[in-house]
Amino acid sequence: MILAARGLSVAFNGGVRAVDGVDLDLPAGEILALVGESGCGKTTLARTLLGLEKPSSGSVSFDGQALSYSSKALKHFRSQVQMVQQDPLGALNPRHTVYDAVAEGLRVQKVRGDEAALVANALARAGLRPPERFFLRYPQELSGGQRQRVVIAGALVLNPRVLIADEPVSSLDASVRGEILSLLLSLRNELGLTVLVVTHDLGLAWNISDRVSVMYLGRIVETGPTAEVLTNPQHPYTKALLSVVPDISRTQPTVLAGEPPDSARIPKGCRFHPRCPVVMDECRTTSLPILQPTIGHVAACLRHSPSDQR
Amino acid sequence: MTLLQFDDVSVNYASSEGAVAAVRGVCLSLDAGQTLGIAGESGCGKTTLASTVLRLLPQSAEVRGAVLVNGADVLTMNWGEIRAVRWSQAAIVFQGALHALNPVQRIGDQIAEPIRIHEQASRKQVDARVAELLNQVGLPATRAKAYPHQLAGGQRQRVMIAMALACKPDLIIADEPTTALDVMVQAQVLDLLTGLVKDLGMGMMLISHDLGVLGTTCDRIAVMYAGQIIESGPALEIFDNPKHPYTRALAAAFPRIGDPSARYAPAGLPGDPPFPDDLPSGCAFHPRCQIAVAACIESAPALIEVAPGRMAACFRVEP
Repeated sequence: MILAARGLSVAFNGGVRAVDGVDLDLPAGEILALVGESGCGKTTLARTLLGLEKPSSGSVSFDGQALSYSSKALKHFRSQVQMVQQDPLGALNPRHTVYDAVAEGLRVQKVRGDEAALVANALARAGLRPPERFFLRYPQELSGGQRQRVVIAGALVLNPRVLIADEPVSSLDASVRGEILSLLLSLRNELGLTVLVVTHDLGLAWNISDRVSVMYLGRIVETGPTAEVLTNPQHPYTKALLSVVPDISRTQPTVLAGEPPDSARIPKGCRFHPRCPVVMDECRTTSLPILQPTIGHVAACLRHSPSDQR
Repeated sequence: MTLLQFDDVSVNYASSEGAVAAVRGVCLSLDAGQTLGIAGESGCGKTTLASTVLRLLPQSAEVRGAVLVNGADVLTMNWGEIRAVRWSQAAIVFQGALHALNPVQRIGDQIAEPIRIHEQASRKQVDARVAELLNQVGLPATRAKAYPHQLAGGQRQRVMIAMALACKPDLIIADEPTTALDVMVQAQVLDLLTGLVKDLGMGMMLISHDLGVLGTTCDRIAVMYAGQIIESGPALEIFDNPKHPYTRALAAAFPRIGDPSARYAPAGLPGDPPFPDDLPSGCAFHPRCQIAVAACIESAPALIEVAPGRMAACFRVEP
């Protein structure tokens, strides 16, 4: 496992348990989509995997080694595991040229060698060709898709092994979205990069991911190969999420009432029971164990019998 | 009767480098009780087009053609007449409810404001109307006392819808009403809007970049690119069987889950949408079009009927 989490919890002041018991495996060369609604803890989980948040319990490991939170160890870790932020306009400094934005990681990590060649190489791999033409441009002179490529180039310049991308296309126009997703896919196929994509967009997961983990209120409630989870969902929450994706051939949508729930008040029993359309009495009282990492398809639901778990 | 009609509407913005054509010769109409979807990406002119209905554009914008609301051209009205149209005949639900609501005013007071301005009503009548509106959008009447920051994203969008309904308009214009929302909350808000159109017999113009959202909620869809309508027709047909290559790319951008051809094959369109101040020659879509021919570079195709009830502006679409 290149990146893994065990029993991971992250609590903030006031008892908000944004991540509340997550086991996760990210094998090398895989594209994993972490899906869920805003407030489900998916961004906090991603930040914790990046070493940006310290877990309140449990651990993150990289290459089998538990992550150490000394600044030296984190610096090395971050050259290997890079983040691609959502909203490229917000992630780029408007006063920095494309060259400076991409070279920043090299300077922070004090990488020796021909800086201009490394920057050009990263821009080219992100699909900005010829790279020299972009060196002196400013973010506001670029289109939305080009800006997102600059952000990706900034992550690629250190030759990382893992990319963690938080909603990489949610702020992009529909026609540009496919190009950026193709880029992520080709980075995996050609450079063997491991990618964790955090998103609320199930279509994105269908487009590029090998596996999907569905998160609800700080826990992973279903995980498995993308094609299985999205065409044969087992958890009622995954079923509801899929049913509201606009599609004319869909069955009657299951629109769950209410807003995404509050991680300061996690319900007892199954945490999904107050919104579950197929809730049973025992769901209100029986808590479910943390889903164990597996290569198969599993769901944290009392209606999903363990015999189905492979 | 036709509730809303755009008759050859063009909008030019003045800029230091001359006029920028944001909307170019749009003809559309919408009947009461119907929902018209406008699809397109940022910069295609869809919000500018919607803004002409309530004359919300800046002074520097030059609007030509006619925009008829209940048969009267809003472009030739004086300000008194425009004020009468705003809220009571047509109202807009903007995207980004957090920025559109006043953060230091209780939501009940914000909903009441258009009622106080446009209708002669006692305080008690206004309060009752606010409670009724909150109810209509699925919020408890007690939420009138809340401030915007105390509400979740979907609830704020419901408040925006309640405000739009305040003076019982005939027409509601919803500009990307669900863009910042999660899929589940998006489904709730779309259900609410379509239910209101049906129950109150209003007409709705729904603007979105997501063809799936429009395909499942609208009666008809018009697709805009570079300020022009490039395809229009019944919503399900456009979503299911788009004819124009741009509409096909838009439809493919949000894949159907379960469609094996979309696995490991995200569909994209090379290039970026054109800037309105730098439009390509001929068909504005030709630099990104996979099937463009020489004629597309030289002249722009007209919007013509390509099947019963279906229009498209493309030389490559056979009638």
